[in-house]
Amino acid sequence: MLKEPQSAEFLFAISALNVKNKKIQKLYSILFLMMTLLLILPVLVILGTLIVKGGSMISIDFLFTDPINGMTEGGVFPALLGTVWLVSLALFISVPLGIAAAIYLSEYASDNWFTRIINLAIINLAGVPSIVHALFGLGAFVMFFGFGTSILAASLTLAIMTLPVVIVSTRESLQAVPHAFREACWNMGATRWQTIRRVVLPNAVSGILTGVILEVSRTTGETAPIMFTGAAFFLPFLPQGIFDQTMALSLHLFVVSTQVPNVPDALPYAVALVLIGMVLLMNSLSIALRMYLRGQKKW
Amino acid sequence: MVEEIVVKDAKKETMVDTAAVKQNVKIEVNDLTISYAPHSHGKAALSDVSLKIYENEIFGIIGPANAGKTSFLKTLNLMNTFDANMKVDGNILFNNRDIHQLRNVYALRSRIGVVFPLPVGLPLTIYENVALSPRLRGIKDKVSLDQIVERCLQRAALWDEVKDRLDSLGSLLSGGQQQRLTIARALSQEPEVLILDEFSIAVDPVTTMRIEDVLKELKYEMTIILVTNLVQQAHRLTDRTAFFLDGKCIEIGDTEALFNGEVKDPVTMDYIEGRFG
Repeated sequence: MLKEPQSAEFLFAISALNVKNKKIQKLYSILFLMMTLLLILPVLVILGTLIVKGGSMISIDFLFTDPINGMTEGGVFPALLGTVWLVSLALFISVPLGIAAAIYLSEYASDNWFTRIINLAIINLAGVPSIVHALFGLGAFVMFFGFGTSILAASLTLAIMTLPVVIVSTRESLQAVPHAFREACWNMGATRWQTIRRVVLPNAVSGILTGVILEVSRTTGETAPIMFTGAAFFLPFLPQGIFDQTMALSLHLFVVSTQVPNVPDALPYAVALVLIGMVLLMNSLSIALRMYLRGQKKW
Repeated sequence: MVEEIVVKDAKKETMVDTAAVKQNVKIEVNDLTISYAPHSHGKAALSDVSLKIYENEIFGIIGPANAGKTSFLKTLNLMNTFDANMKVDGNILFNNRDIHQLRNVYALRSRIGVVFPLPVGLPLTIYENVALSPRLRGIKDKVSLDQIVERCLQRAALWDEVKDRLDSLGSLLSGGQQQRLTIARALSQEPEVLILDEFSIAVDPVTTMRIEDVLKELKYEMTIILVTNLVQQAHRLTDRTAFFLDGKCIEIGDTEALFNGEVKDPVTMDYIEGRFG
């Protein structure tokens, strides 16, 4: 049986099914919105608690003076400086290495058993728990290479931890540059390196930088790997070189919250606030950079 | 640099006279067979193709999809080395020298300009797109680079549209402009052979006609290989035409003769007249 030809009016009328579909659609969008808001909640609670409980202690003095009276008073300067030392040195080692490895894997290596094993190793390295890295660092850098518990040994341990992430994020940025650009370049008689240098790298640099900065914020918070390899419980002096031990913010937070008696309640919160402040600063830098570079879309 | 270009042009003028006789073989292909290892199921993408391309002619290749046209082009400048699955047999002579015995593939590639079906403007400024190849050759002098860029863009019929914004990105030009940019880029290589692989696929008819006019002039300076899906384009532009079908070269002949019906295989006629399949 054929249906009656539908009049134009039908298109403008709202059927019961339309109403139902609209309702369901609204329901789902609200549901997903709630889930998203739920995600923000922990961040707000953490930040809020830290600010309420520790915010009063934060001052320029707190950032730039030494802890005194068995770490129950004073500031966090040596720990802050130590973290900067550790993170910078770790990235100074892992970033060039990681980028070089990523360029090789993305641009030069052909797909064979050798590269597949390397890729597998990278994925596994990224999955190694940080306490295992710590023990490895202790065995390899502190004892075998004889660096002692020092900034160098701790940074090397952190570098090995961050390496796989740097490699993966760099490789993804490189892969995001369309293959057609490479082919066009090769067709002109450019070598692989000329192509990488003039076309691929300049267009991948934003992604690479973003990845590196995110790595900075992750490394800042690491505690276990530096605990055995270079970070000290308390030091009455600032490190003079890479073979000295240093204090570090993350370990300092652990120490003042659990190991030291008679610490004023606000102090651990304040230390945590400085730590998370550093991380958030790095993250916002990374987001700002990404937004700026994304604004300059090139294809 | 200007003098050098002029001298070169003068030299090419004299070559045009001899080329009228069509005796200088630019590219010679003997028994070329191409297969793609894991996916081909033993079937070759191209089998036993032998042909000669003369200097200063426009050599057309027509044929439906999957005929092996693009695979054929890839082997001419050894781009097949980037594709591990691609197996190539047979020899290819460029200026009477076997390219598989070349030490410097980069020099070979720089002498062959390639224009792809979809325009690939590199994510560099318009200026840098055209200056890239000269830079790769080691030209650093700003004045020479300026001259090359202006000359190539003019020849590709793009200069007037972009001369005031050479610093904007080449990859953000419109499709037709990008295609002319890639032609300018290919010309900046000062190529001996220009390969165009279905260049008009993403280009409007007016731009296509402009590019075709450019090609007619360029042929006096270089050899042009034109792969096209438009049979009429082959008719308009080419001196000789080859018809590829299913990985075989069915026919090679004078374009005029082919379109006048002088074919060895009736399939060619069917294709030319659109009675195919």
